[in-house]
Amino acid sequence: MKDTKISARGVNVYYGANHAIKDVSVEIADKTVTSFIGPSGCGKSTFLRCLNRMNDTIDIARIEGDILIDEEDIYHPDVDPVQLRAKVGMVFQKPNPFPKSIYDNVAYGPKIHGLARNKGELDEIVEKSLKRAAIWEEVKDRLQAPGTGLSGGQQQRLCIARAVATSPEVLLMDEPCSALDPIATSQIEELIDELRGRFSVVIVTHSMQQAARVSQKTAFFHLGDLVEYGDTDDIFTNPQDPRTEKYITGRIG
Amino acid sequence: MTDMPDDRGAGRSAATSTASIMRPDARTKSRNAAEKRFRAYGLGAIVIGILALVFLLASILYRGLPAFTQTYISIDVALPAETLDPEGNRDPAEMAKVITFGYAGLVDDAMQSALEARGIEVEGLNDPGVLISKQAPAQIRDWVLSNPEAVGGTERFDFLATSRIDQYYKGAVTMESAARDSQISPEQLQLADILKDEGMLTRKFNWSFVTAPDASDQRPEAAGLGVAILGSAYMMLIVLGLALPIGVAASIYLEEFAPTNRWTDIIEVNISNLAAVPSIVFGILGLAIFINFGGLPQSAPIVGGLVLTLMTLPTIIISTRASLKSVPPSIRDAALGVGASKMQAVFHHVLPLAGPGILTGTIIGLAQALGETAPLLLIGMVAFVTEYPDAPPEGFFDPATALPVQVYNWTQRADPAFAERASGAIIVLLVFLAIMNITAIVLRRKFERRW
Ligand SMILES: Nc1ncnc2c1ncn2[C@@H]1O[C@H](COP(=O)(O)OP(=O)(O)OP(=O)(O)O)[C@@H](O)[C@H]1O
Ligand SMILES: [Mg+2]
Repeated sequence: MKDTKISARGVNVYYGANHAIKDVSVEIADKTVTSFIGPSGCGKSTFLRCLNRMNDTIDIARIEGDILIDEEDIYHPDVDPVQLRAKVGMVFQKPNPFPKSIYDNVAYGPKIHGLARNKGELDEIVEKSLKRAAIWEEVKDRLQAPGTGLSGGQQQRLCIARAVATSPEVLLMDEPCSALDPIATSQIEELIDELRGRFSVVIVTHSMQQAARVSQKTAFFHLGDLVEYGDTDDIFTNPQDPRTEKYITGRIG
Repeated sequence: MTDMPDDRGAGRSAATSTASIMRPDARTKSRNAAEKRFRAYGLGAIVIGILALVFLLASILYRGLPAFTQTYISIDVALPAETLDPEGNRDPAEMAKVITFGYAGLVDDAMQSALEARGIEVEGLNDPGVLISKQAPAQIRDWVLSNPEAVGGTERFDFLATSRIDQYYKGAVTMESAARDSQISPEQLQLADILKDEGMLTRKFNWSFVTAPDASDQRPEAAGLGVAILGSAYMMLIVLGLALPIGVAASIYLEEFAPTNRWTDIIEVNISNLAAVPSIVFGILGLAIFINFGGLPQSAPIVGGLVLTLMTLPTIIISTRASLKSVPPSIRDAALGVGASKMQAVFHHVLPLAGPGILTGTIIGLAQALGETAPLLLIGMVAFVTEYPDAPPEGFFDPATALPVQVYNWTQRADPAFAERASGAIIVLLVFLAIMNITAIVLRRKFERRW
């Protein structure tokens, strides 16, 4: 059993009166890929966004409970969410590159965190990140072209490159492959597998196959409840809860 | 529909005969008709708008363009040393003691001798010097004081003709109207025609309309927009320098940082209300606060600028907030997601995207301020100012007028020459507005090219 990286205890999230996450407790292991699955609107994105406090930006969102990363309460008043987000990177459901050049998209994070001492180092980080996001070959000749001019799938890989460029310890990915073709998807899955060596990766996905392929742990959410959480193999072969079984066999959608 | 005995073909044609896409059904027809009607309305609205605009522009150009040309009379003026330099030492300081009145005779003398030299005689003509603007003596004096060594000789001057002569060539004054006019006589008009044939009287482009200060009712031909343009320019500088940073800072705070609660709601409502407050109220406010309480001088661009700043702020804040709002939230998420602080997200990503919108709002606000008249009347900017204000920043405290106020002022004056100048001033105002709008468009293009 690997060390626990993230530990959530009794987390409740409310959007105004809407109780979106209901008393969820989960331990996410280090150097492991954890996938969140569940029907649309069940709160996967919401819970994921709690892990790097992106929900802070939503005025009506209210979060209860404790979330600890490396034993530190990330909702503690002394915690600076900016520092937290440098440590916990995120790839969003919809590709959202900055309307800047491809290079600047990737270089932005390292720049503001002072990860490169000079242009050469920055170039290196950019190249390495783009390669790891499996997009280097496609963009290496037009790094100064706008990132928004790429195709949807390329944009998403650019966003992944942007997220890994800051060398986070945890990478949160919200349906990173929903806009990708099978080839790019398998490249991303390889990337996720590789990232696992160093980070803890949490991925939201609607594809059972993908969850089964890339993750070691799987959490199944349903209407805001964490219904079942365990080893991916167990969840898919031997689900304990009837709702899980119905979902993975395609009877809840 | 089909003669084919084939079962399938017959079946299909029966099914599609009611729903052929070649023949629009009733619903589609009425929908298309509605769309057609709507297009016609829209086109009609645009045509009406364009016609109104064309009519407006044409009438302003028709009435205002003549203000940019003016009739000049060029004659040789003898500069007698005994009257202009009694001490005889050509010292400008000494010569300055001869006031403008001492030069008055020179113009009449010059006119007389010019007529005699050419043998021009007009029946019943008296006082031919009246053809020349009352501006002329001051013009000679200014020239003599800067060229003292020319005293004693003869110099050719281009004098403005009086406004009546000028209007005669622009068609507003006729022989009949001159007969009833105390300021001009038909004989004088005849003389003007003769001078024109002699080549002494010409109509030229009149730069001084744009550069000269305002002039009194006695010499409308000399009145210009110089002080008004400077005053307006100074006020625009003040408005830009104050309203843009304050407005943008306020908007960014309200839009990106302030929590949404009752207080920010109240502020928001008040800003919208402020934008709808009649501008004259800002004038009263300015009078009470800046002049009566703050002790700032009347008629000064600084006060006008401050009042217009107050007036422009809501416009800038509203448009800036709108353009900040239009930046997709996903961009903010993206920036925050890689660990940018809120401020970095705003300044690195949101503000550049909102820039073009902010710029447009600012220019619209400035254009509004440039054309604003009512509040300026209240703070005394309607005063008759013939002195140019100094260069800024001291000049901000000197008396000045503003373009729209000058227009208003000129329309209040009796002489038809002023009516023409009012239209001319409107053209200048429109040119400035056009320049501002073009600047906005150019800057926006430039910004947007950086996506
Ligand atoms: N910004 C928001 N404001 C208000 N309610 C929200 C907001 N975001 C999500 N919700 C609500 O919270 C619940 C969970 O939404 P969430 O986006 O987490 O679902 P999800 O599991 O990610 O769904 P999907 O698979 O479709 O992405 C939904 O009922 C949704 O309506
Ligand atoms: Mg989601």
